[in-house]
Amino acid sequence: MSSYPITIRPFGEDAILIEWPPVVSESILYDILDFSESIRWDFKDYMNWELVPAYCSLTLIDRDNKIDFSKTKFELLECYKNRKAKKPAPRYLWKLPVCYDLEFGIDLEEVSKILSMSIEDVIKAHTHHIYTVYGIGFLPGFTYLGGLPKALETPRKAVPRLKVNKGSVGLAGKQTGIYPQDSPGGWNIIGNCPISLFNANLENPCFVSVGDQIQFYATNRAEYDLHKIETEVGIYNLDKIKLDA
Amino acid sequence: MLKVIHPGFFTTIQDNGRFGYRDKGVPVCGSMDHYSSSIANSLLENKETDAVMEITMTGPKLEFHTSSFFAITGAEMSPTLNGIPVNSYEVHKAREGDVLSYGKLINGFRSYLAVKGGFLTDIKLMSRSFYQPITDENCIKERMEIPIETHTEYTPKISHMKSEAFHKEHELLVYKGPEYNLFTNDQLKLLFKNKFTIAKENNRMAYQLEELIGAHSYKMLTSATLPGTVQLTPAGKLIILMRDGQTTGGYPRVLQLANKSIAILAQKKFGDKITFHPVKY
Repeated sequence: MSSYPITIRPFGEDAILIEWPPVVSESILYDILDFSESIRWDFKDYMNWELVPAYCSLTLIDRDNKIDFSKTKFELLECYKNRKAKKPAPRYLWKLPVCYDLEFGIDLEEVSKILSMSIEDVIKAHTHHIYTVYGIGFLPGFTYLGGLPKALETPRKAVPRLKVNKGSVGLAGKQTGIYPQDSPGGWNIIGNCPISLFNANLENPCFVSVGDQIQFYATNRAEYDLHKIETEVGIYNLDKIKLDA
Repeated sequence: MLKVIHPGFFTTIQDNGRFGYRDKGVPVCGSMDHYSSSIANSLLENKETDAVMEITMTGPKLEFHTSSFFAITGAEMSPTLNGIPVNSYEVHKAREGDVLSYGKLINGFRSYLAVKGGFLTDIKLMSRSFYQPITDENCIKERMEIPIETHTEYTPKISHMKSEAFHKEHELLVYKGPEYNLFTNDQLKLLFKNKFTIAKENNRMAYQLEELIGAHSYKMLTSATLPGTVQLTPAGKLIILMRDGQTTGGYPRVLQLANKSIAILAQKKFGDKITFHPVKY
């Protein structure tokens, strides 16, 4: 079992923050998710805990506001030290269609200028790489994706838009991602994904989990419209590949 | 059923929150002033999880289409039943056709209305708390019909409670946040000696404070945030996340409010003053 120097600190009256070295790394992320599984396993009496993983931290929130910090810290450290390799929760690579037509990719021409790359090459690079989900937050179903190639790093827009459409796929700094709902936003929009990343009517409202991977593929307008309808009526078949742990 | 004749400024249905979906980016939601909403529920011997109506600044006008019992707590907004003033922190009976309306805001910012059995709007992701796009609406609208139970007989164990005037307090108790050490000594002096003013940017997501306490260029990886987390922006602005606040953020989390202080802040409005008082873990 890999082991990192973790720190455990109180975070207000009902949360505990567990931190790993502040580096974006898949092995740290997987260690966090593995520890999170061990906590769920070892602390069955604490079913009212919520666990929020992101990049190099895991936040444990007790919805009953009953945390005894020093006792829990000790138990968590014991759990981290003594956990045994076990079958981790399944992780998936999700292949998501994106229509990069200029109608959706409203900043694609500007991005192509900033990066000194042709639009075709921007799309090629964006769809070629596989991104890891390092966190979900900001909006319900908004994924923080790591692994953007350096060539696609684009500064955030100086003036954010008041409304970015649902499904918009954007670039900002070292990040790429999909807006799960209409929202204000400062990312450069290069396309639109017809698949809803968040659906409050489903028991699991967001099929993506932290630790999963996402790869985009370019789709034309006709396919985009078809997938959009399939998503709306609930018959779209998500293209996923189970990842080896 | 309760019919909305006029929705007021911003009126929502809230229960004690939406738990278990923070790892999918779903805010916890729930009553901003949890203490006041709990008192309203307990006066009616409701469950702690029953949904109440959260009324912000200017109250609605509501018509009972069935008999019920209700209680009002939190901000004082001069409520009347059929034009006759009703006391807060007391159980009242409403008959079919009775109209509950609100007048002048006397103190506080958020008032709570509980009915016997709670408001029975749709449950989405295990909570009735309004939050778009998880619920269809972000606030109640004119002519909306809100389901409630019918109660003709009820003898409350406690007919009234002394109002706990804690929303007149202005001191917020704060723990060190994860990035507290970012503060310089000068910033700490400013933080704990000065009064801060609630900016006009204040809502269920976050309260911004007007006074700046010094810029910084600290960069961190996105990590979890909670209701009551105080973030420090690069420009030196303090932002206090509230119940609808985002579940993760990239700004340093310099302080964390005590739970009771979240309720105190929830009763503050634009221009009100607050102070920070440090407490130890």
